Amino acid sequence: MFYREAGDFKTSYQDDNQTFPIKFDRYRYYFVLFVAFAIIPFMINDYWVNAVFLPFLIYTIAAIGLNILTGYCGQVSLGTGGFMAVGAYAVYKLMTLFPEVNVLIHIVLAGVVTAGVGVLFGLPSLRIKGFYLAVATLAAQFFLVWMFNRVPWFYNYSASGQISAPERTFLGEVITGPETEAWAAYLVCLVFVTLSAILARNLTRGSLGRKWMAIRDMDIAAEIIGVNPLGAKLSAFAISSFFVGVSGALFFAVYLGAVEVGEVFGINKSFLVLFMIIIGGLGSIFGSFAGAAFLVLLPVFLKNVLVGGLGWPTDLAAHLEFMIVGGLIIVFLIAEPHGLAQLWRVTKEKLRLWPFPH
Amino acid sequence: MLDQEKGYVTVDGRQIGGTVMDMRNITLRFGGVTAIKDISFDIREGEIRAIIGPNGAGKSSMLNVISGFYVPQEGEVFFRGQKRAPMRPYEVARQGIARTFQNIALFEGMSVLDNVMTGRLTQMKAGILSQALWRGKAEKEEVENREICEKVIDFLEIQHIRKTPVARLPYGLKKRVELARALASEPKLLLLDEPMAGMNVEEKEDMSRFILDVNDEFGTTIALIEHDMGVVMDLSDRVVVMDYGRKIGDGTPDEVRNNQEVIDAYLGVTHD
Amino acid sequence: MPDQLIYAMEVFLNGLMAGVLYALVALGFVLIYKASGIFNYAQGVMALFSAMTLVGLMEGQVPFSHLINAILGTQVHHFGWHLPAVLGILLTMAVMVALAWLVQVVIFRHLVNQEPIILFMATIGLAYFMEGFGDLMWGSEIKKLDVGLPQGINLWIDETTFNIFDYGFFIDNLDIVATIIAALLVGVLVAFSQYTKQGRAMRAVADDHQAALSVGVSLSFIWVMVWSVAGFVALVAGVMWGTKSGVQFSLSLIALKALPVLMLGGFTSIPGAIVGGLIIGVGEKLFEFAIGPIIGGATENWFAYVLALVFLVFRPQGLFGDKIIERV
Repeated sequence: MFYREAGDFKTSYQDDNQTFPIKFDRYRYYFVLFVAFAIIPFMINDYWVNAVFLPFLIYTIAAIGLNILTGYCGQVSLGTGGFMAVGAYAVYKLMTLFPEVNVLIHIVLAGVVTAGVGVLFGLPSLRIKGFYLAVATLAAQFFLVWMFNRVPWFYNYSASGQISAPERTFLGEVITGPETEAWAAYLVCLVFVTLSAILARNLTRGSLGRKWMAIRDMDIAAEIIGVNPLGAKLSAFAISSFFVGVSGALFFAVYLGAVEVGEVFGINKSFLVLFMIIIGGLGSIFGSFAGAAFLVLLPVFLKNVLVGGLGWPTDLAAHLEFMIVGGLIIVFLIAEPHGLAQLWRVTKEKLRLWPFPH
Repeated sequence: MLDQEKGYVTVDGRQIGGTVMDMRNITLRFGGVTAIKDISFDIREGEIRAIIGPNGAGKSSMLNVISGFYVPQEGEVFFRGQKRAPMRPYEVARQGIARTFQNIALFEGMSVLDNVMTGRLTQMKAGILSQALWRGKAEKEEVENREICEKVIDFLEIQHIRKTPVARLPYGLKKRVELARALASEPKLLLLDEPMAGMNVEEKEDMSRFILDVNDEFGTTIALIEHDMGVVMDLSDRVVVMDYGRKIGDGTPDEVRNNQEVIDAYLGVTHD
Repeated sequence: MPDQLIYAMEVFLNGLMAGVLYALVALGFVLIYKASGIFNYAQGVMALFSAMTLVGLMEGQVPFSHLINAILGTQVHHFGWHLPAVLGILLTMAVMVALAWLVQVVIFRHLVNQEPIILFMATIGLAYFMEGFGDLMWGSEIKKLDVGLPQGINLWIDETTFNIFDYGFFIDNLDIVATIIAALLVGVLVAFSQYTKQGRAMRAVADDHQAALSVGVSLSFIWVMVWSVAGFVALVAGVMWGTKSGVQFSLSLIALKALPVLMLGGFTSIPGAIVGGLIIGVGEKLFEFAIGPIIGGATENWFAYVLALVFLVFRPQGLFGDKIIERV
């Protein structure tokens, strides 16, 4: 009864097109933004930032990116790890080649570079579909990781092959490198997430989003009614890779600080982000948040309960984590293929009627 | 009397114009199978042209040739006086040809409104940046095209389901939504592939009414494939009859009804 | 004959052998895909799990020993017996059949009408689950597998090639055995699918589930059978690879290698899996041999995929796959 639309009539198409047509939702959204921007930075500490918030925020951006490509446009990609690596190495090269330019600009540029690479590896999607395309994106994944490992220019000829983020500041505050304060790293990522979500939401509800979904649902019919499949697919690859690249850049520069490409951006990363959008909900911006939150919190939870609480060895906890994640994927696919986002939608539907049954 | 080039006015006052689509000597082969053998016919502006024939005659293939999905090995297609250059199906759609499909081809992941809005995709031109910021051209375009779609939704009486996911709709409503999507693009030529298939008498009457209204109010040229002879004879101005890839009849419904070859191949006779 | 050419011949032969092993894993994929339209990403993990189970049974390991020890504070690890290889293989096969039945009942029965991509993602979930489960059950350390297969350099070939080329080819006995077994397996599978009642039923199911149901074929039974056969193929692959490089996590990565094999050969063709495997096996090794040193080595990580990708662009259905006809 407190969550309702009664009396809230939309009198223009503009209003009808809003992201949050129900007042309650809108206020909730503002409230969450307020807490995120104004309250959390003052309460945060290193552990929470590194274990929970930074990975959650950064993976959300990656999940939004993959969701655009796979959830909205239907092109399955197993190359997310490789594209995150492109973002990381692009921002690294930019930071080291142009140290005077603001690192935030470099992060955006890294996204643009990744978009270009994404278009390149997306070209086969015009001829190849479905599983075949998924395997083709594996080519991107393995080739990119190999390239960043073997071509010394990418890691500035360092002996270890690792790349480390040099220290950079913004408005006088350190935001990359080991001296970064928790709240500064958090705010940087939060700003990027908020902007990414808004941009993605706008793109997916407009004509570009409809083109993507038409290609996903029935690409032949889409072409017959006037959608250029080349443009739609490549734009999906480009925009998706932009977001994935930005997340890779943030992952390296703000979160980890130093990266060895094989471990960090390998095929497991690609699967992780894919699981996030499946569990969270394909074709849903909210689902990207939900899936990222779930898969970041689960290992933290398991570690605290099993290792911290019950004293089990860590490898046992890791095995269980695999089983739980795998099992949950299956459970979700059977019971709710549209993921947590759908569960949320159904809950809201029921709430709209509460306390009445129908 | 009839003037083949300049057009005429029908008995009920509709304006039939000159030739809008001209198929000349179309031959279409799939490997060893010849689906269409040297067929020529034309479609005039503003008319309702039926394509009929037994199953396997090549009618859907002909529709696919018209909409650009199949490219004939021989023959030429002239649309609005211009020969069609080799082009992709989406370019054909942009010229103003819309269609519905025999087995419904709606986008099952979207709502009715979104499906109808996809019909406007050829007209929506706002750039990516404008869309990403949801300002200026993109927002205005969205509202303008929404208005056009709402008119179509109104016309086909599907307002009550506009936000429903298409996957949940019964068959008859899906067919109507598909028609709405085709109409939303304001086509010069509308192709309907068995629009009455699987419908009961009332649904057929509704659909017939919609088809006639579309032709009457918007002046849209319509070509339809249909098996229900009653519908064909009542609705169409002219009929093309196909059998085994050849054309065996072409004329008004009355002319075709009395054509012996057509009777032998398809219509049959009543027995006492 | 110039030296490089001789070395290349050796690399070629080794590539063929590697290709056979890839083909073995790819076969499991093809079987399941043909019968159910499911692309079983978990095939590699099944190979790993079967190998682990085999070792565990043969060595008399206590299943879930780490877990039991963690909960109960005990220190059990082994029952103390050792099983002969043949018995171990039979028991492992029984385990794989049970696994096939479970997978069918718990997972795929509930996903019958879903789109292929959902089924594929379910198998990814299954792969992760089985990996954790396998590690939990038998432990994740590397194990040595020895079922009595001949290993080590084949001396006859070494001598003969030395006499002809002045250079002895190193061809492992194990690889020769693997080739023979794979060839036998393919022959048996093809015969089974073409000439037996069950095989015909399987092909009917692969063509059209509804039609197969309407003539009285039990979908569940066929799928359990198919997954069991795939499990058997996984076991053979697991034994081969496990003997060669030890039973460890990287075995499951073989599945990833099978993917380009399938892309080349087509997802629905048994001979395609073989031919694709050979092409990838040879191609990889020759490329690394010829061009690897110039561009930094370790090209085997990605070459197979790029090769398959390039091939697919020109022939999207693979060499032998069913031509993809799109109708509207």
